Amino acid sequence: MSRARPRFSRAAIRAGAIATLPLYVGVIPFALVCGVQSQAHGLSMLEAALMSAVVYAGSAQLLALEHWGPVAPLVGAAIATFVVNLRLALMGPLLAPWLDRVRGWRLWGSLFLMADQTWALSLAEQKGGRWDAGYLFGGGVAMWVVWLVGTVAGHALGAALQLPPGHPLFFTALAVFIAILVPMWRGRGDLLPWAVAAVAALVLYRLLPGTSWYVAGGALAGAAAGVMRDRGASRAA
Amino acid sequence: MRLDPWVLATILAMAATTYLNRAGGYWLFRTFSPPPIVRQMLAYIPGALFVSYVVPKLVAGGPEEWAGAFVTILAMKATGNLAVTILAGTGAAWAVWALA
Repeated sequence: MSRARPRFSRAAIRAGAIATLPLYVGVIPFALVCGVQSQAHGLSMLEAALMSAVVYAGSAQLLALEHWGPVAPLVGAAIATFVVNLRLALMGPLLAPWLDRVRGWRLWGSLFLMADQTWALSLAEQKGGRWDAGYLFGGGVAMWVVWLVGTVAGHALGAALQLPPGHPLFFTALAVFIAILVPMWRGRGDLLPWAVAAVAALVLYRLLPGTSWYVAGGALAGAAAGVMRDRGASRAA
Repeated sequence: MRLDPWVLATILAMAATTYLNRAGGYWLFRTFSPPPIVRQMLAYIPGALFVSYVVPKLVAGGPEEWAGAFVTILAMKATGNLAVTILAGTGAAWAVWALA
């Protein structure tokens, strides 16, 4: 039965890539900002391109660049990157139904390319009953190229692109995540875990400024609240 | 073009810790089958994760973020189309910013 379902088809790779097109409205300004920041902090274009190519994680790159000095902050940047990206460790296991069916570069390459947005698109695709990890890979490749080109363009344009910190163009990155959140609402059962996640994230955001513990911490707190509620309900029943 | 060895080392360290998370979470789950409670928690992760992302930024933001968020939610509910939604939300944020 599972033999009939494609694992990594060309059609799914193409579909995954096409599905990322609307995301570029948010990704391109973000990539440009990342390039501008690398230029402002003294990275050469090659260094900026290399960072976007091998790290490929916007919020972590921006955070590391904020603390970039005349000497590259190796330990600090590595720790900050790890903390910001902890959420990715929580995200991978949810795509196991797809990833368990592929091996080698198809598996480890797809994981390398997994980003918040392509992960959310893939989850929706998975819920729709499709079984092809190529979708994650194709979306990842497309976003990676856009991210890399955007960073290089931002570096080249440099100071000419300098936007004031409160500029509404920065809202596009947030708009992407709010939009992704809307179809994730499954009903009233989500109210408690979402509320707990929001409160925990707010508290961590205040307590640990300049880090991103709040994302992983809020997600874990909200998920724990949902499970405890469910377990309590099934015990009472 | 310049490639400073210390910058290169820092970039590679960042890449390594990022990939450790990307691949490591999946690998851990596959290698040590976790207890049911952890699997149940996983089902709540997507929503809780993006809520945790968004809420602190909105609280820290001002009227343009709030208007943008409101229009983003309405547009997504009405159209279900990501591109239209992102443009509408950003447009609303921009309009409030320009008026202020």
